[in-house]
Amino acid sequence: MTFEIFFQTLASGILMGLIYALVAIGLTLIFGVMDIVNFAHGEFLMLGMYSSFWLFSLYALDPLLTLPLTALMLFSFGVLLYRLLIVRIINAPMLSQIFTTFGIMILLRGVAQFLWKPDFRTIENSAVSGSIKLLGLQLGEPQLVAGLGAVLITSAVYFFLNRTRLGAALEATASDKEAARLMGIDSHKMFSLAWGIGAACAGAAGALLATFFPIFPDVGANFILMAFVVVNLGGFGSVTGAFWAGILVGVIQVMGGLLLGPQYKTAVVLVIFLGVLMFRPQGLMGKA
Amino acid sequence: MSAMNKFWFPAGSLLVALVLPLVVHNVSWLNLAILVLMAAQAGVAWNIVGGYAGQVSLGHAAFYGLGAYTSTLLLLKLGINPWLGVLAAGLLAAALSTAFGWSCFRLKGHYFAMATIAVAELVQIFFNEWDFGGAAVGLSVPMDRTGWLWMNFASKLPYYWLALGLLVLTLGVNWWIERSYLGYYLRAIKDEPDAARSIGIPIARYKQIALCISAFFSAAGGSLYAQKELYIDPNSVLSTALSIKMALVSILGGVGTLFGPVLGALMLTSIEEFTRILFGGTGRGTDTIIYAALIIFVAVFYPLGIVGWWRARKERADWARVAREAS
Repeated sequence: MTFEIFFQTLASGILMGLIYALVAIGLTLIFGVMDIVNFAHGEFLMLGMYSSFWLFSLYALDPLLTLPLTALMLFSFGVLLYRLLIVRIINAPMLSQIFTTFGIMILLRGVAQFLWKPDFRTIENSAVSGSIKLLGLQLGEPQLVAGLGAVLITSAVYFFLNRTRLGAALEATASDKEAARLMGIDSHKMFSLAWGIGAACAGAAGALLATFFPIFPDVGANFILMAFVVVNLGGFGSVTGAFWAGILVGVIQVMGGLLLGPQYKTAVVLVIFLGVLMFRPQGLMGKA
Repeated sequence: MSAMNKFWFPAGSLLVALVLPLVVHNVSWLNLAILVLMAAQAGVAWNIVGGYAGQVSLGHAAFYGLGAYTSTLLLLKLGINPWLGVLAAGLLAAALSTAFGWSCFRLKGHYFAMATIAVAELVQIFFNEWDFGGAAVGLSVPMDRTGWLWMNFASKLPYYWLALGLLVLTLGVNWWIERSYLGYYLRAIKDEPDAARSIGIPIARYKQIALCISAFFSAAGGSLYAQKELYIDPNSVLSTALSIKMALVSILGGVGTLFGPVLGALMLTSIEEFTRILFGGTGRGTDTIIYAALIIFVAVFYPLGIVGWWRARKERADWARVAREAS
């Protein structure tokens, strides 16, 4: 393995990892605030991809241009889902919570298949395409833009959580629901907000992916498993943890694929994931 | 539930199950009945660790698939009789479940569930790549020796009896667990893990015992599946969807109850098959939508499953009667 291949792989791993991080941040936010694992998170990403696809093919609007719109749509969708269904299972046993979001996952896949057929779709000739040579590495421009976009959005979420009053209220609800309620923070509003932001992050990730990844109803399955691993490794509820763990998982995946063959790239991630859980059940950056 | 119900419900169900094939001759109805029995058996097996012990495993397809592959490979490569194959499959799965338990049991709640998904996914990747085991192409069970001795039949009916027998056996073991110390320990571990530990119940050992039994019967179910379908591949016996289904039938019927998974399997499999027949041909996912809507509906509105809902209703009625009589 030459240095060139190594760095080339490393770079593509980091870029993919940034997308994983963006997907996982929404997941970890929802979990952190209300202790519910959202199995339908990959489907939020899928909806984001279809939103980009239709806006592009019907109105010739570039996915990057319509990203804010896609994020906004997914935000509303997340809030709606919370108000309609999730609100009813806040105090339900863990099993019914798992199966509610799992049911939503299958439902959204079914609806996507019903409305848009199971075909693979791609976006051709978007504003960003081709590849550039950067520091001696050949990098796909869509991937580069997606990675950059993911960093920007992640930073924005981080800034929102740590530097704004609303973000502080969200964090307060995450660390102690009762205490936050006593301080006059409406937890339902915070839960809606978490679902909104969570879905918007996944939708934005979908929009960023749309220019270089095939779009189909089950596309979320490719991402949800990795997002679970990222959320676990980063520590449930930790946005910073999810960011670094996302990059780590992206790199492990491509490196594993390079060393053992692409069919084992997911296996390598899962083995390392289980290994880490053995010694640090709370994840790499989670608190015990 | 009164003592009458406790006796009559199982006895009545068994009677219906015994008479059914004498009345029903239509092959597709018989096939549906077999599917129900097999789904019920898988759910009952899952319920031992997922229900009684409260360890929500979303990776039980690993055991089911392991069972299917073990008996099929033994038959295919070494000519070993499937009856022995089923036993070997169960024992191997029970043995390997210690590795599963060792890597997952120190985790709690969501962490445990995620880890079980990861383990099952790894097993699936392995079987997808393992050439000796047929890789992604799968394995076919040879049809050269048929009859009861080789657990291989041209008609469906014998599989009905096999599936029913395995279900009754699995239920019997669950019934025994419910009444034994093991059952009490498991419920204590589920409801009050800290209290259970403080009175000296070796939590890790009992969780593992439950998992071994659960794995044994899941694998036996997998072996039977292979003998009935005559063809297995990673997608049919090791998929996450199967893991989920094993848990789902228990949840629909009632987690941690003896007959919950049987009721759940009856509901889920019937709905699955009917929607597939009615809407599946369109290829537009209508069957999936109905299936998913049902899952959401039950999970949101009947979180305790049918049996749990029935019991809660009965309890409320009893209290209402007590209140009426007192006033």
